[in-house]
Amino acid sequence: MQDFVQHLINGISLGSIYALIALGYTMVYGILQLINFAHADVYMVGAFAAYYVARFFGIDSSPGISTLILLLIVSMVSCSVLGLLIERFAYRPLRNSPRLNILITAIGVSFFLEYLGQIVFGPDPKVFPDVLVDANLFSWGQVQLRSFDVAIFCVVMITMLALNFLIYRTKVGKAMRAVSSNQQVAALMGVNVDRIIAVTFVIGSSLAGVGSVLVGMKYPKIDPLMGLLIGLKAFVAAVLGGIGNLMGAILGGIIMGLSEEMVVGYWASTYRDALAFGILILILIFRPAGLLGKSQIEKV
Amino acid sequence: MKPEPKTLFKKSLIVPIISVFLVIAFALFIDLSVNAYIQLLFIYICVNAIMGLGLNLVNGLTGQFSIGHAGFMAVGAYLSAYVSTKISFFAAPFEMFNFPIYAISGGLLAATAGLVVGLPSLRLRGDYLAIVTLGFGEIIRVVLLNVDAIGGARGFYGIPGFQDLVVSIGGTPIVVHAFFLGFVHALLWLLVTFLVIWRLVRSTHGRAFKSVREDEIAAEAMGINTTKVKVRAFVLSSFFAGVAGSIFAHFANYLNPSTFSFIKSVDAIIIVVLGGMGSLTGSLIAAVVITLLPEILRPLQEITGVDLRMVIYALLLIVLMIVRPKGIMGSKELPDLWRGDAKTT
Amino acid sequence: MPKLLEVQEITMQFGGLKAVDRFSMELSQGELVGLIGPNGAGKTTVFNMLTGVYTPTSGDVLFESSSIKGLKPYQISHLGLTRTFQNIRLFKDLSVLDNVLIACDQHIAYGMLASVLKTPFYFKEEMIYQEKALELLKIFRLEHKCQELASALPYGDQRKLEIIRALATDPKMILLDEPAAGMNHAETHDLMKTIVRIRDEFQLTVLLIEHDMKLVMGICERIFVLDHGVTIAVGDPGSIQTNTKVIEAYLGVDES
Repeated sequence: MQDFVQHLINGISLGSIYALIALGYTMVYGILQLINFAHADVYMVGAFAAYYVARFFGIDSSPGISTLILLLIVSMVSCSVLGLLIERFAYRPLRNSPRLNILITAIGVSFFLEYLGQIVFGPDPKVFPDVLVDANLFSWGQVQLRSFDVAIFCVVMITMLALNFLIYRTKVGKAMRAVSSNQQVAALMGVNVDRIIAVTFVIGSSLAGVGSVLVGMKYPKIDPLMGLLIGLKAFVAAVLGGIGNLMGAILGGIIMGLSEEMVVGYWASTYRDALAFGILILILIFRPAGLLGKSQIEKV
Repeated sequence: MKPEPKTLFKKSLIVPIISVFLVIAFALFIDLSVNAYIQLLFIYICVNAIMGLGLNLVNGLTGQFSIGHAGFMAVGAYLSAYVSTKISFFAAPFEMFNFPIYAISGGLLAATAGLVVGLPSLRLRGDYLAIVTLGFGEIIRVVLLNVDAIGGARGFYGIPGFQDLVVSIGGTPIVVHAFFLGFVHALLWLLVTFLVIWRLVRSTHGRAFKSVREDEIAAEAMGINTTKVKVRAFVLSSFFAGVAGSIFAHFANYLNPSTFSFIKSVDAIIIVVLGGMGSLTGSLIAAVVITLLPEILRPLQEITGVDLRMVIYALLLIVLMIVRPKGIMGSKELPDLWRGDAKTT
Repeated sequence: MPKLLEVQEITMQFGGLKAVDRFSMELSQGELVGLIGPNGAGKTTVFNMLTGVYTPTSGDVLFESSSIKGLKPYQISHLGLTRTFQNIRLFKDLSVLDNVLIACDQHIAYGMLASVLKTPFYFKEEMIYQEKALELLKIFRLEHKCQELASALPYGDQRKLEIIRALATDPKMILLDEPAAGMNHAETHDLMKTIVRIRDEFQLTVLLIEHDMKLVMGICERIFVLDHGVTIAVGDPGSIQTNTKVIEAYLGVDES
């Protein structure tokens, strides 16, 4: 029982990070129908930005809330800028090209970042700064509620509430929803589609930025290929929840995190990475639209 | 007067027969004229070209998008290597005839894997295949790392390769080089791959592939079972990837799961995109370019000390998509350029 | 005599919207029937349900007395029910000839191995169907353009190619979705004659959606009128022209 509760805590903590990154995939997909392969690498760059800034200011071993907030901001800003650049210079010129071309470009961008990262940052793993003191806040038998998990949960909750507010309560959010539902009509109604797409990339990328600091905090080894696997899992989470659906991405992320933690806890850890693929195949067979997605009817 | 089908059939044999002779002559020429390093590059060109041609069937001609082809190559390579250490169908001096059998067995297992991966994902429209194949490629690597019978993380050592063959003609022993035999084997597979796809494209089956690429809904309405067509293309493509893996395995004599990383898949994608989606001769040209590029860049790499190849690949992909999305050849073939007509495949 | 097509109260519901509400029709072999109605009345949705692009939410479709509801579009095509598309869906980057040959695929008997080995049978079949395709192209005098890309054809020719491509599936019944859209007077007139001609020559049953009333009234023997997904009138051209409900639907009435 205590074992199970501990796995539950770990799973939710891991899952909420997946959810953050899955949101970035799902938002871009919702608006451009593009699997943004570069998203996972934007996340990687966010982690390195935080790493270098922390070293520059000499706060890489002075954990605390202020360090966490500072690094979150640094990472969000650098991810946003990168996301914006990618959108502007790689995707926008191809706005009217076949989707295959844009997909190939996305892979190109992803590769570019990964290998440029290996040149600039070096291929060896680096140790992420100490962001928080990993204290045990609460014990119940062997179950521990650690500050990392609480921090992750709080940051993710705040981010999601902010995102929810942005999308459902602001004018930009309304425009985003309009563009996602029908680009042409939104343009005719006076929405600046290019700007809204750019905003979507900024938001999605900054969510990845948040994710990168949280992951760096909990699993402090960062390297230029760190985005690969987590990106794949987050994407599967987005598909699981129903791609294009924000709540779906969150739900999918939590389910992925929990099931991964349970597989590791009760079965074998060698299969943890195979799990994502297994889940993906199952969704594709039984519910291709995802848990919360509606199957789209293609207009003929 | 219209030609008879029988006469046309006989005429259609001319090109393959001449090609086989050309293959042997070319292999002999390379065997005798260049050093072992360049000879190995020729083998890799064959491997890459088979991969590229096979992938073109899926990505270029059928309009689907697979990005984990290295996974199928790995399946073919490992099975072929495993079988070759266990079973020998022909004893010396005819052991070279074993290799086509190993290649077919590798290809068949890869094709089976293609069926398993393709069936659920190809039913759906959109980019699902991309993500499923990406996942598959990674999973295969994880599995290979964990199976001890085929070396696990240490790698698979001691894979048999071609041996020199000594024949005596009129009492004088003549040595037929292992490379010559192996290169003929590789070139023949390349020829088979090329001819199979080239001829399919010009048949009703190839037209069905292309109809799926052009407009799936219209293709269905015209009686094309689009799911079946896509799965067919994908399975055939996986078969050739498996064959390419087998050829690679018996030349490298050593396999390691990391050989078949995502980068290998991207090699194949670049070949298709650079050569031109749907252009088979384009894929051939691109396979030569992509195999030789890292060798040309090698000095630069030694100066900077990093693997610049991938950065250049990545930039090449992005720039190509923006500036010349149709690749070198577009969807044309070399003979079209000679004739100068506008017909495309 | 059994009906060729029996549509029994099919309904298509998209979320809260009923695009088509309990639509029924019966067509006998050889009929030429029109389906008209204002924009957004659900006409193309009916076509989509008949050809398997959508599965009706309720109701049933019988073709030659067996249900085709839930079948895939290609299966329905194999049974002999085919269509053209309102928003032209040709295989744009393929030649005109290839467009027609793709529709012949279901009848071409050689397998993949035969096409790789180029057996005599392969050549024989290819010759038969190339010839057949060219014959079909002659209906609209497109045979000399057979090597051009479909996208290079003028708009009117593209519409004609859509019809030829559908004919190449060797159908018993053909659904034409706005065949005259974008054609001028003379072309439309020509098209009317051709539709009647192919109906007779190929013993087809034709159901067509069209906005050009001259065409509909000129060649259709019966007409169904849809408005907001509901059938508001059925009858011969004469009775439809004088039907008050139809006139209201087209001209619009103040519903307050």
